[in-house]
Amino acid sequence: MNSAATSPSVPLAVETSGLVKSFGHYTALRGIDLKVPVGSTLAVFGPNGAGKTTLIKILASIMRPTSGKILIEGLELKDNAERVRTRLGLVAHQSYLYGNLSAWENLDFYARMYGVEDRRRRIGEVLELVNMTSRKHDRLVTFSRGMQQRMALARALLHKPSILLLDEPETGLDQQALGAIWDIIKSEEAGRRTIIFTSHSFERALAVCDGVVILERGRIAFKAQSCTLSLDGLKQKYQECTAAVKQ
Amino acid sequence: MKFWSRVAAIAWKDVVSELRTREIIFSVLVFAVLVLVIFNFAFDLAPDQMLQIVPGILWVAFAFSGVLALNRAFIPEKEENCLEGLMGCPVGREAIYVGKALGSLFFMVLVEAVILPVFALLFNIAVLQLEVIVVTLLATIGFVAVGTIFSALAVNTRAREMVLPILFLPIITPVIISAVKASSLVLVGSGWGGLTSWLSILAAFDVIFLVVPFLVFPYVIEE
Repeated sequence: MNSAATSPSVPLAVETSGLVKSFGHYTALRGIDLKVPVGSTLAVFGPNGAGKTTLIKILASIMRPTSGKILIEGLELKDNAERVRTRLGLVAHQSYLYGNLSAWENLDFYARMYGVEDRRRRIGEVLELVNMTSRKHDRLVTFSRGMQQRMALARALLHKPSILLLDEPETGLDQQALGAIWDIIKSEEAGRRTIIFTSHSFERALAVCDGVVILERGRIAFKAQSCTLSLDGLKQKYQECTAAVKQ
Repeated sequence: MKFWSRVAAIAWKDVVSELRTREIIFSVLVFAVLVLVIFNFAFDLAPDQMLQIVPGILWVAFAFSGVLALNRAFIPEKEENCLEGLMGCPVGREAIYVGKALGSLFFMVLVEAVILPVFALLFNIAVLQLEVIVVTLLATIGFVAVGTIFSALAVNTRAREMVLPILFLPIITPVIISAVKASSLVLVGSGWGGLTSWLSILAAFDVIFLVVPFLVFPYVIEE
């Protein structure tokens, strides 16, 4: 998806082929084929119900696909789920953090779950990164939505994942908080980490991503490298893709 | 080792979180004590008749307070969708099951450790015997093992407070019956010899109730 992607020698961080997910009679994903090179940032757009969250959850190995193949850094997800999960970080709509535990306790718990070495030092680092060191002993229930989102990011970065999956990270955040979150994402291990994120913000996506995918009713309706798109061009494509299906 | 360190982390998290709020422990303790007090006033029996009835009273208190505790076991995982966070960790789903079950076992044993002396005091029966403690522990292990999986199943339903007892109590009935019978034998002074068959049944159910949910749990939480 990025400029490096044009070279066939660039390894792929994520590769899916024929990915299908059904919930009873409802099919959320209908044959998704994706190739995301290492170190690139891919934005996934689509209206509500297009399958964005389902795609992220399947890539994060929280949900099993009905059919299709997923390779994460060359490893088949189905057969290597536990190994693959050490390479993935996920920020979802909800923080995945426990309200009755403090910021430190939450991160310590996840550090133990991920087998992070030198936990104290790493927890200190990520708290510093998300600027939450001064609140480390406070319970999560006392945090604002923006603070919780920063803590969710700290949790996702704790084990230094090589692939970061973000499901609408802008939800409930003001522009300043959102800018800060993207600064954090881009500051740590910049250029080496692969990022796949779902969004409704075209401006933000064009500013940070290398590739764009538009999902509509579980299918990829459009994909392109972001350098070939203007903001108006992307908005127009989005309207075309979603309008075509409505008709 | 990796498996057990993850299991310990999950159980630790549940214990710390609960000891901070005491939501489960207090409500379950109050409920169990109330049950004992009500039964204590309801029955006015001769001592020999009392020995026939009190094991049932004890296990009614344990069973229903246990359901109350298990109903809450997966609520913290539902808030902020933490269960998905756990599922994204590099650990088998089985570790989540064992960790949650160990956390629930800790709370149940804690409650039973308070209830048994209260029971002895109210009914004036020497219930604090090694045999009763062994029976209680064996029954509680089976109770928690199977209750944890039904709790995970019920947490995603709208009427979870009703779903859990309806699904869970019929399954756990053999354990409760065995525990009542075994406790009854202890109270009439039959000793270890008379308990063997009931202890064997309890142990067999424990094994079944530990193995089956362990294997089924990944499917329960994924779909």
